[in-house]
Amino acid sequence: MAVAARKAGRAGAGAANKTTSTKGSTRGAAPNSPQFDKNQDLSAYNEMLLIRRFEEKSGQMYGMGLIGGFCHLYIGQEAVVVGMQMATKEGDQVITGYRDHGHMLACGMDAKGVMAELTGRRGGLSKGKGGSMHMFSKEKHFYGGHGIVGAQVSLGTGIAFANHYRENGNVCLTYFGDGAANQGQVYESFNMAQLWKLPVVYVIENNRYAMGTSVSRASAQTDFSKRGVSFGIPGEQVDGMDIRAVYAAGQRAIEHARSGKGPYILEMQTYRYRGHSMSDPAKYRTKDEVARMREEHDPIEQVRRRLLESWKLSEDELKAIDSRVREIVNEAAEFATHDPEPDPSELYTDILL
Amino acid sequence: MAIDILMPALSPTMEQGKLAKWLKKEGDQVKPGDVLAEIETDKATMEVEAIDEGVLAKILVSDGTDNVAVNTPIAILAGEGEDVSAASSAKAPAAPVPEAQPAPTPDMQAEGLADRPAPAERPQQSDLSTPAAPSVITNRTSYNAMAEIPEGTELVNMTVREALRDAMAEEMRKDQNVLVMGEEVAEYQGAYKVTQGLLQEFGAKRVIDTPITEHGFAGVGVGAAFTGLRPIVEFMTFNFAMQAIDQIINSAAKTLYMSGGQLGAPIVFRGPNGAAARVGAQHSHDYAAWYSNVPGLKVIAPYTASDAKGLLKSAIRDPNPIVFLENEILYGQSFPVPKLDDFTVPIGKARIHREGKDVTIVSFSIGMTYALKAAQELEKEGIDAEVIDLRTLRPMDTDTIVASVMKTGRCVTVEEGFPQSGIGAEIAMRIMENAFDYLDAPVARVTGKDVPMPYAANLEKLALPNVAEVVQAAKAVCYR
Repeated sequence: MAVAARKAGRAGAGAANKTTSTKGSTRGAAPNSPQFDKNQDLSAYNEMLLIRRFEEKSGQMYGMGLIGGFCHLYIGQEAVVVGMQMATKEGDQVITGYRDHGHMLACGMDAKGVMAELTGRRGGLSKGKGGSMHMFSKEKHFYGGHGIVGAQVSLGTGIAFANHYRENGNVCLTYFGDGAANQGQVYESFNMAQLWKLPVVYVIENNRYAMGTSVSRASAQTDFSKRGVSFGIPGEQVDGMDIRAVYAAGQRAIEHARSGKGPYILEMQTYRYRGHSMSDPAKYRTKDEVARMREEHDPIEQVRRRLLESWKLSEDELKAIDSRVREIVNEAAEFATHDPEPDPSELYTDILL
Repeated sequence: MAIDILMPALSPTMEQGKLAKWLKKEGDQVKPGDVLAEIETDKATMEVEAIDEGVLAKILVSDGTDNVAVNTPIAILAGEGEDVSAASSAKAPAAPVPEAQPAPTPDMQAEGLADRPAPAERPQQSDLSTPAAPSVITNRTSYNAMAEIPEGTELVNMTVREALRDAMAEEMRKDQNVLVMGEEVAEYQGAYKVTQGLLQEFGAKRVIDTPITEHGFAGVGVGAAFTGLRPIVEFMTFNFAMQAIDQIINSAAKTLYMSGGQLGAPIVFRGPNGAAARVGAQHSHDYAAWYSNVPGLKVIAPYTASDAKGLLKSAIRDPNPIVFLENEILYGQSFPVPKLDDFTVPIGKARIHREGKDVTIVSFSIGMTYALKAAQELEKEGIDAEVIDLRTLRPMDTDTIVASVMKTGRCVTVEEGFPQSGIGAEIAMRIMENAFDYLDAPVARVTGKDVPMPYAANLEKLALPNVAEVVQAAKAVCYR
């Protein structure tokens, strides 16, 4: 049944995503990737660049001691969340784990508020009480930001349960990593989601390393698209570095969930350039591996090349985009540096309603 | 404008490191993301990436330099179109002077972090003295639970089981957002028949049988509550909620605070808690003290059917996550319940079940059965005991306990849970904090014994508290 649904999904999308094969290197722009028009490429470039520059700035501010605790950067994975978000409609929800800055920006949450939360200031999205891993926006349908690996999978399934209960036609995108994919509650959630046909898309961001443990050292089944097979949940592997492939797969998966057929699994094959968190020396992988991914598969570079070559944008036009993005990020950093810390009286607020 | 490239920190606690190697040289064009240099500490090696675009105008700290303080300028980047030589000759600003820092958080050690530098800027440093917690003691008067039921109200006898069912049914009739989920709650009519008839009245959409998957369905309930639904999640027993305690505490209890007040979870986790009869250690644990330890939760443990009904209705309407601890042995016991269209009991208020003047006995849930029988025994010996039913464990009604102890000067606590860090320990501390000078004897506690619950009938009996122990403790604090 899973296989049938998967085939149907692919056929329905028109352009089959080559990355559904399970063997071999499937990264890089597949020759038959679905195409973007100029506006889509421009929009993708803007959104991804904002995340990249925001995260670079976060890393810098962490280095300056302005950001405390843990800080998990999304650099390298930008195409996943931006492509998925392009496939949603107003009302669809997003929930994810602790590597969440990119998701918040893609959901349209204010860069200043996110950065000020990272620096623990009163203007942060959680008034400085949540930090990097804990931000939320009901208005933007973003449900966090969760620090317990895998917990967001049951929570996202619950949000989908509420959509089903209310019959509101919304779909919950539930993101988790290759590490969380080994948690027990993930499979408890898969079971209920398929049993009750809940409108949820499970987006597994396989960046190859659960903290410092590579997929092959932690997972008996390394094809994460198959993790729903015993529940009859269809899944596919997607080149998560090619935003067009992400978008097309996202459309198929969301349509499946929205139409009442239940959950769908997308394994996004992606890569994080930076360490697990800021204090990660990354001894578990070679520099060559990181350099190769950056040089040959960078999600932003792929779009940039199309903008120059296919859409004939000039270097100056791209520079202008870059300056605008940089301005947003600098403003956010400026705000997050000078905004005051929370008032001491905030210690005892927001515990109960 | 020339930009200083600063020595970064690898961790929240790093103060200095070695500039191991430059990967770019003066005059090189760099763009964001380019690796400029490698730095090392005794724990880790990391790369310094360019954040800005430009030309590496001058290297200020050469390869192999040890002990470079965090935030020291290590190079100067000339911006676009800028004169490189002018930028490189510009005097680097002095490194910020590190300021005194609070001790590093011990948890950071988990990820191998060392000492952290002072933040470069820390405007409006807040007063470091801890603000006082809002006081819960507003006065020293007891709460008058008698006023909850208007005079002349008809009372009907009802079991705790029926009262709980009626509470859920009434709230489900009022609010479409209320639903019940759990194992065997629908077709089976509840493992302990507490949800009897709900499926028939409300249908399978609102009365949901879950697979045996506590961790998963607790998370599903919390996720649904985040969107504004009001799930009642039944655990067949709270022993099984151990599988789900992460979602109860990390997701339900903490999210409101972590979201700065944006996202609450209006959810009730309910089911039998504590010992039943002869079911062994894994089905007999009393978790009252565990949940009452957690800010962000309200914890309720009623004794009578009337309180069970009134408090469960209040819990379902409450916007906060609630742990509602029932007791299997009490399910079948009958109590008078007011016949009112909409009877509720406020959360956080104790009830003086029996007035007295010689000694205060504080208990809750099934502990009340020992306390009340002991009070009868004590009466025969001329000791007039006041018995307080806490009803809610968090927030705890300190006022009512303190007011009573001020009157009697003596206190005994009774619970089935373990002694260490138990509810009794907490009550004793609150009395010390608020009424120490009124005590005529140390507070005594009667608890379950400090052993996993045994199966054998005689041992199980020994492991639980009994009436004689309560009588003995009360006499001891009265020096009788």
